[in-house]
Amino acid sequence: MQDALFYTFACLTLVCGFLVVANPFSRNPVTSAMFLVLTIVSLAGLFVLLHAFFLAAVQILVYAGAVMVLFLFVIMLLNPGAEAEERLRLYGVITGLLAAGSLLALLLRSLARGPLGETTPLAEGGTRELGRLLFTEYLLPFEIISVLLLVAMVGVVLLGKKELK
Amino acid sequence: MSVGLEHYLVVSATLFCLGLFGVLSRRNLLVLYMGLELMLNAANLALVAFSRFNGNLDGQVIVFFVITVAAAEVAVGLALLVALYRKRRDPRVDELTLLKS
Repeated sequence: MQDALFYTFACLTLVCGFLVVANPFSRNPVTSAMFLVLTIVSLAGLFVLLHAFFLAAVQILVYAGAVMVLFLFVIMLLNPGAEAEERLRLYGVITGLLAAGSLLALLLRSLARGPLGETTPLAEGGTRELGRLLFTEYLLPFEIISVLLLVAMVGVVLLGKKELK
Repeated sequence: MSVGLEHYLVVSATLFCLGLFGVLSRRNLLVLYMGLELMLNAANLALVAFSRFNGNLDGQVIVFFVITVAAAEVAVGLALLVALYRKRRDPRVDELTLLKS
């Protein structure tokens, strides 16, 4: 059962990820954004299979909720009608295929080298365990992240103002 | 053969390379950001898988931080895109030659 779910979610992730970056039927950014939502949701499914329940929830809330709404909002705001028929650069496609293909070959080759060590007890990523870690051992990074979010917010407001000097 | 760490790592590596291909081949800045998101998500998947199969929750905490930073990065990047679009009504990256000459 778990294996079947893994293969379903993995195939869904990879197919939707491919359709985000190289959809043969449509060059519209809205289509890419919708397939990105599907990719993120199936990745959340993989997180659930890895017993990372809290991260699966955060993934859905932050990515599929906040980030994708931001993407769609900007797409609607800019209204990119003219570049719907964006032509692909042959040069870019060849470079991309070459770089991504060789990196993939490298990674898969190193994975095929051998076993990845012995099995240890599996981790359970519930909210309680993660929260305890977050507020004891990782308290300083947690506070720094909040400052980072504040800085990002101030920067975005500044960039969004009408007159940009 | 039951699903193990290697299976998750293969998915993660493939997804990362898909994102890299998108960043290198597309011209639209919005789709380029989506490729970046794919790469970040692939790294997250690898971290969660390592965390699960090593019995150590530190990887999941790092994924939590990565998700936060990615959200901030998307907000700033899209604000830059909107500011840029006001100046030159074109979201294609190879038209951004303001610094030339």
